[in-house]
Amino acid sequence: MTALEDTTVRSQPRTLSERLARMAGKSPTHIILGLIGLIWLVPTIGILITSFRPSADMRSTGWWTILFEPRFTLGNYQRVFEAEGMGGAFLNSLFITIPSTILPLVIASMAAYALAWVKFPLRDTTFLIIVAMLMVPVQVGFIPLVTGFRESGTGLLTNYGAVWLAHTAYALPFGIFLLRNFFITLPKDLIEAARIDGASNVGIFRTIVVPLSVPAIAAYGIFQFLWVWNDLLMALVYAQRNSIQPMTVKVTQLLGTYATEWSLLAAAAFLIMIVPLVVFISLQRYFVQGLLAGSVK
Amino acid sequence: MTAANPPVAATKADGGKRPGDSFPWAALIFLGPAGLLLAVFLAFPTVYTVILSFNRGRGGEFTDWVGFDNWIRLFTQDPNFLRLGFPPSGALWNNVLWIVFYVSVTVLFGLVLAVMATRVRYEAFIKAVVFLPQAIAATSLAIIWRFVYAPDPETGLMNAILGIANVGPVSLLGNPDTVNWALIAVGVWGSVGFATVILSAAIKGISSEVLEAARVDGATEPQIFWRIIVPMVSLPISVVAVTLVVNVIKLFDLIFVMTAGGPGASSRVIAFSMYQEAFPQGQFGYGAAIATVMLLLLVPVMIFNIRRFRAEAVQQ
Repeated sequence: MTALEDTTVRSQPRTLSERLARMAGKSPTHIILGLIGLIWLVPTIGILITSFRPSADMRSTGWWTILFEPRFTLGNYQRVFEAEGMGGAFLNSLFITIPSTILPLVIASMAAYALAWVKFPLRDTTFLIIVAMLMVPVQVGFIPLVTGFRESGTGLLTNYGAVWLAHTAYALPFGIFLLRNFFITLPKDLIEAARIDGASNVGIFRTIVVPLSVPAIAAYGIFQFLWVWNDLLMALVYAQRNSIQPMTVKVTQLLGTYATEWSLLAAAAFLIMIVPLVVFISLQRYFVQGLLAGSVK
Repeated sequence: MTAANPPVAATKADGGKRPGDSFPWAALIFLGPAGLLLAVFLAFPTVYTVILSFNRGRGGEFTDWVGFDNWIRLFTQDPNFLRLGFPPSGALWNNVLWIVFYVSVTVLFGLVLAVMATRVRYEAFIKAVVFLPQAIAATSLAIIWRFVYAPDPETGLMNAILGIANVGPVSLLGNPDTVNWALIAVGVWGSVGFATVILSAAIKGISSEVLEAARVDGATEPQIFWRIIVPMVSLPISVVAVTLVVNVIKLFDLIFVMTAGGPGASSRVIAFSMYQEAFPQGQFGYGAAIATVMLLLLVPVMIFNIRRFRAEAVQQ
């Protein structure tokens, strides 16, 4: 670490001309990075501005003319939220996402604890099976599970149950993998000492392993929350009633009705983005960690 | 160091409270919920789907056995899935295009960007900007880019810019020859940040002495990039590439919202075909065959992961 810092702190330019020379030497880098920054920001800014423009303006001029005729409205949001059902869909997204995050978090933590700190036969084989399950695509579940849910007479396909169960089950291999790999790095002495003092597995899990693993559990929780919040496919398959569908599904329906009503579509698209953006900006560190760890999923 | 086992508490019985009772109750209790869910919702459906691919599967049931009919139809009689002519087309072929172009461009772009970003003070900012699409739903990304690609130059940014150069207006998403390239570009846009962040962490791990030594010896920047940086981060590159390949095999949301597989069926990918054949069309046996193709394509990655995990376990 220190070696790296020593070399990055190079001699500071002393005079103005030195500084200018250095900037000129680096200018291609700055120009390219500036261009990349624009290409990555402008499309999103475009949709954001359009979501606040009156739809009459949207139809007559491009969003970039906003500089010359700055007119804004909240009407698009009001319309998608109230008349087009995005308000209800927003709540549905929450109803789907919160249990689909908490359930796998709890269940995967428990399983990861057993795989890391409880001795039982075939433990490594069990873990390898779970590593293999990481790659099972959700598509193999669609037909048997939809058929099964439909025939079970439980109404799970129309009351959130199927979405919760499917999201939970398909999140487990990754969660168990991630958390088990974190749990085994906890100090062995600590856990053995607790055992010698007579602590039960439940006690060790609750008072030692979970509190010491908050960063890993948080990273997985954020990853899973955003995964479910942003998901379209599972909701299309397992949430088969209008009144329980999340925003992602609602937007695809809006797209069918208003293919060129960009003001409405932009507002709807942005409503989906708000929560992840807040999470991203406020919890960026955990988010990136979760994502880096997620590079096996 | 010989065993591949992770550290294990060395007590005789779990919890140490029931001497003589060797049945691992604790493991059962802690693993039970996960095991049950994985067995019912993951393992059983996998077997069911593979077997259903040899059945007509009306209503998702085993109605009548058809042997390899679904499979033969999939690979020889369904131009929407695979048409081997010149040029080839179909969903499976589109996945090949995605794997070749999306993966290579994303990795290379991510690597170059990671190297360039280390030279400026706003490194964290530029990485955050490029990483941003990772937080956004593919559904929203799709709308953002449908808007950019909109054929009307008074609406779509791309055609407005092309209009300045007196080109256009073009409908990239409405033309079977361009639609896949337009989609791949969006895919790259969405994933470069992921590649950049992972590769940037790896590049930071390269000893700066190595780079300085090369510079002192008169190596040019392209030489340093290709002969030092790329070989030294080859393992993270392979991990990123494998992740991107998996993304391609599972790719659905972006295609569904941007083109719904169209125009015609020209931008379908296998995950889209699976959904389309199974649900709107109700061809469950056929859909099961496509799901099985997806599973088979992911088996090599499964093996790669298991090997990688085993190697890591031995190192511990």
